[in-house]
Amino acid sequence: MKKIANVFKQLRKAGKKAFIPYIMAGDPSLDDTKRFVAELEQGGADIIELGVPFSDPLADGPTIQRASERALAQGVTLRKVLALVEDIRNDSRIPLVLMTYYNPVFKYGIEAFVREAVRIGVSGVIIPDLIPDEAGDLIGYAKKYGLDTIFLLAPTSTEKRVKIVARSSTGFIYYVSITGITGAKLQLDSTMESTLSLIKKHSRKPVAIGFGISSPEKAAAVARLADGVIVGSAVVKLISEGKDIRAFARAVKEVI
Amino acid sequence: MIKKTKKVPDSRGHFGRYGGRFVPETLIPALAELEETYKKLKKDKTFQQELDLLRNNYIGRPTPLYFAKNLTERVGGAKIYLKREDLCHTGAHKINNAIGQTLLAKKMGKTRVIAETGAGQHGVATATGAALVGLECEIYMGTDDMKRQSLNVFRMRLLGAKVTEVPTGSRTLKDAINEALRDWTTNVRHTHYVLGTVFGPHPYPAMVRDFQSVIGTEARKQILRAEGKLPDCLIACVGGGSNSIGLFCAFLKDKIKMIGVEAGGLGIESGKHAARFAGGSLGVFQGCMSYLLQDGDGNVLGTHSVSAGLDYASIGPEHCYLKDLKAIEYTYATDDEALKAFDLLSRTEGITPALESAHAIAETVNVAEKMPVDAIIIVNLSGRGDKDVMEVARIKGIEL
Repeated sequence: MKKIANVFKQLRKAGKKAFIPYIMAGDPSLDDTKRFVAELEQGGADIIELGVPFSDPLADGPTIQRASERALAQGVTLRKVLALVEDIRNDSRIPLVLMTYYNPVFKYGIEAFVREAVRIGVSGVIIPDLIPDEAGDLIGYAKKYGLDTIFLLAPTSTEKRVKIVARSSTGFIYYVSITGITGAKLQLDSTMESTLSLIKKHSRKPVAIGFGISSPEKAAAVARLADGVIVGSAVVKLISEGKDIRAFARAVKEVI
Repeated sequence: MIKKTKKVPDSRGHFGRYGGRFVPETLIPALAELEETYKKLKKDKTFQQELDLLRNNYIGRPTPLYFAKNLTERVGGAKIYLKREDLCHTGAHKINNAIGQTLLAKKMGKTRVIAETGAGQHGVATATGAALVGLECEIYMGTDDMKRQSLNVFRMRLLGAKVTEVPTGSRTLKDAINEALRDWTTNVRHTHYVLGTVFGPHPYPAMVRDFQSVIGTEARKQILRAEGKLPDCLIACVGGGSNSIGLFCAFLKDKIKMIGVEAGGLGIESGKHAARFAGGSLGVFQGCMSYLLQDGDGNVLGTHSVSAGLDYASIGPEHCYLKDLKAIEYTYATDDEALKAFDLLSRTEGITPALESAHAIAETVNVAEKMPVDAIIIVNLSGRGDKDVMEVARIKGIEL
């Protein structure tokens, strides 16, 4: 499949920004997730984030918490999400990034996880409760087997943190737009621009912005400041309401 | 075996392989600021004097080390001393940490504190500290815990705190911590999170230990004065593990037998317990690496204990480290054993212990009867039982 870095390179050449939707794997079922991936790809998604459900999602707001509960109630585990990716790979080459809390990966075995993820075609991993300082093993294996490690920066990040996170991230850098949890209200202020320029000062890696981006308008506003836009809770909410996510993806893709 | 002489935690908050900092990046600068401020204030004479004054005149320290003569005679073995943390202002050892941290929050210029609570003791202690130093306060508490500790919920509100119900997950302590961490991630710029135990991301395990170490420092002096020698055994209950570390850490160099008592709930075989060492495995949860009750896929299991304060899926990282070093032994007491000890101490000594502390009393009875009469045990009576009276009556089927 396509490498994340190449996706950004091509988009940059075309003067476009990456659209990265997030969905919770197994919400409401793994079969549905497979269908949603196809719909998002048809709608113009460039990379898709697949959430792995966890019992204690401390970085997530109510929308994704509930999606996680629904997926867990279906018996969805990291193992099953990996099997789902293998299945999706029969039909699609779109880069898939797993967003998971650290403990399921730790329990699976860090090397075993990275090896299996790469074997079945996962492009990268985002772990919101793992900072680079604690990720020595993961980064080592990810380099060895070829998995992108996407770390996060936030409006509170100091220059020292920016340097550490930028250096450890591959694929792209995830900039959390707000001090808060997923699905909270987006605030466009000067902190975002100043932190983003700080990131750009220390790294030439692509930066995608996520958290609180709930509409095509907001996506358009933040896209101007970065290389990609991540939309999570809004997509998860549409799914829970049985609405058309392909149309939403198109609407976002058109304006970024 | 790991060398014991090493100072723990290391500069990154690791106790051997345990501990560390596993939280969202948003919180990292706040943790660094907390670590720096705490390091400075630890050596700041004015701060320490202020803290000492509050310990003496507000908390009521030093707390007595009481020789439980009646209980000793009833058991017929080692002499049993009780470290009376139940006599602290607000009724438990939790205030030692809460006063330290609210004072610290004020020094950092924060205007608001938040905390999680299980049994309600830490919530009450934080609300008290916030009222004292003048900070806005919000306490997160699981729905189930609010029910079984309704008295403490009302106390917190009397103290001016907002108590927010957490109806998600298992509706107990761990879910309250998730919600507190979410709040902190959102309001980190003006809010300090007063974590209630030796758990979570660095520097909390070390900082809370330091604030609680006053228990052991006092007890060591007191027993030398009373008996002219050190005790043979120390016993304390272990939820997150702050009252036990607080007592134990002053005796670590003395190579004394130390026993941490976890919540055995309905028994280990039942799966309904909170005995992390008996039933858990290595994992990463709510900020640190430690022993964790989890399933094969790394999801955190529900726990059960009659005592809300011990009803938690993980345990302070330093406990894991000290267990590996064989410096502390860990065992558990079941709900039934704790309830029996609750009655026993009430009737023999006229002291009603918190259900948490009753776990330590239950183990003390087992250990003391096998020891000679000139041996000495110190038990940390970490809290008083008033808060549990309603719940115990309910369990006994008595309508109040």
